[in-house]
Amino acid sequence: MEDVAVKAEGISKAYNGHRVLENISFQIEKGEVFGFIGPDGAGKTTLFRILSSLILPEKGEAFVYGLNVVDKYRDVRNITGYVAERFSLYRDLTVEENIRFFATVFGTTLSENYDLIKDVYRNLEPFKNRRAGRLSGGMKQKLALCRALIHRPQILLLDESTTGVDAVSRREFWEMLHKLKAGGMTIALTTSYMDEAAKCDRVALLYNGRIMKTGSPDGIADSFGLDLIQVRSQRLYAVKKELEKLPSAPSVSLFGDSVHVISGEKGLSLEDIEGFLKKRGFEDTQVERSRPGIEDCFLALSRGYKKKGTDGEGY
Amino acid sequence: MEKVIEAVDMTKKFGSFVANDSLTFNVGRGEIFGLLGANGAGKTTAIRIMCGLLRPTSGKITVAGMNVYRQAERIKRRIGYMSQSFSLYEDLTILENIRFYGGIYGLPERVIRRKSQELAEKLDFWRIRNSLIGSLPPGWKQKLSFSIAVMHRPDIVFLDEPTSGVDPDTRRQFWDLIYETAAEGITVFVTTHYMDEAEYCERVCIMADGRIEATGSPADLKELYGAGSIDDVFVKIARPPRG
Repeated sequence: MEDVAVKAEGISKAYNGHRVLENISFQIEKGEVFGFIGPDGAGKTTLFRILSSLILPEKGEAFVYGLNVVDKYRDVRNITGYVAERFSLYRDLTVEENIRFFATVFGTTLSENYDLIKDVYRNLEPFKNRRAGRLSGGMKQKLALCRALIHRPQILLLDESTTGVDAVSRREFWEMLHKLKAGGMTIALTTSYMDEAAKCDRVALLYNGRIMKTGSPDGIADSFGLDLIQVRSQRLYAVKKELEKLPSAPSVSLFGDSVHVISGEKGLSLEDIEGFLKKRGFEDTQVERSRPGIEDCFLALSRGYKKKGTDGEGY
Repeated sequence: MEKVIEAVDMTKKFGSFVANDSLTFNVGRGEIFGLLGANGAGKTTAIRIMCGLLRPTSGKITVAGMNVYRQAERIKRRIGYMSQSFSLYEDLTILENIRFYGGIYGLPERVIRRKSQELAEKLDFWRIRNSLIGSLPPGWKQKLSFSIAVMHRPDIVFLDEPTSGVDPDTRRQFWDLIYETAAEGITVFVTTHYMDEAEYCERVCIMADGRIEATGSPADLKELYGAGSIDDVFVKIARPPRG
């Protein structure tokens, strides 16, 4: 038990009869960066509100560093740094006032924990007399992170911290997280960006309130078990439309500058696809086998879930 | 190619802050044009000017053949707009939203009825047509919101981060809608933080600190910057080496 940072068993939650979380179980090790990857509406925020003791689970139990999030919520809050999806600091206070206020709430001071937050706070210091409500999105995000670190928590819970943030700022944010991890902090986070999965030690793929899969990014990719073929062309969308007519390919998806084809039970060879496209006038294609990524896995799994749920068309 | 947006030295200042600094670009009819940039690079300001919502400080800008200084109200009738944050009325049903927006765009009642039928078929929602928007999954709302934004057959539809937070499958269905719409001759002007989506645009324009740093097809930009992906191009432009 002593290596476990978070343990959740059978957590369920519903709002107004609508099931948001369904029998969620997982374990996060101490010092791990653990990502819950899923779209809006998957249940990520509800799960993090339960873990941070803000709402009660209907069924199931969760423990943070061995503390039950229901019975021991005060202790949980002392060791947890939670960053909510929405900016939840005082907009009318300055950057510095916000930090000092929250430090006082937790019975500490800025100088006492300055070493922990200095990397993040240095970026904010030129604006320390600016009201929080007038900061840019990226700066608000950094201030929220400072606030969450001010009481030297054992674990950070970051809910959608990178949503709507540009690719460059997201990279900087991840660099900060990896520094904190190097200092021994456990980090649990939610994101809807599939590419961020690769930056986590382990991830859980969350969809419609269920965990579809848990594991390391590589482990999940290795367990994919389906044959993935990647096709490149100058006329990508036209190629995709054409490949959708292949009878033996149940899944054809655009992936940036290529199309990913997952062949069905019969299997498809590279020559099959090349020949198929050539016959239809696509001469410039490059076809090769490829290793699936987290997004391939998520697509395949979520399409399977949709089929079970509805008429096969999903939404 | 016929131009539906032409901007020459488009500039917007807020006090001493230059949000858009001499932007010159054009967008063709039926083109899928992507605008990329870090938060605060000036994308939203540029879009608001082109939508006739914000008066530029200087520059020559025409949208759908109309002048943004003098014909802002007419521009608003010839464009569609959707974003992640501004979409549909949550406490109206699907059909009520369609009727409401149809009315706003000045479509006659019979056209609205026909459009409702068409949309219901295309997006397969007839059985839930009287459900409140608030009860629909997020990805579904975005697809509907897009379809409503082009219901009045605008010359251009502006999409401001339309797929943020949407699941991978729905994100791709959304891009299918974009391609179909562009094929019908409606220009699609889109901003996104998903770099894979930048690859789906015919041309992209990358902004940094209020200026346009690069414009071109994804393939040309990758070659120009010696980069393997648009993500790499973006990082090179938006975060130049410091010091």
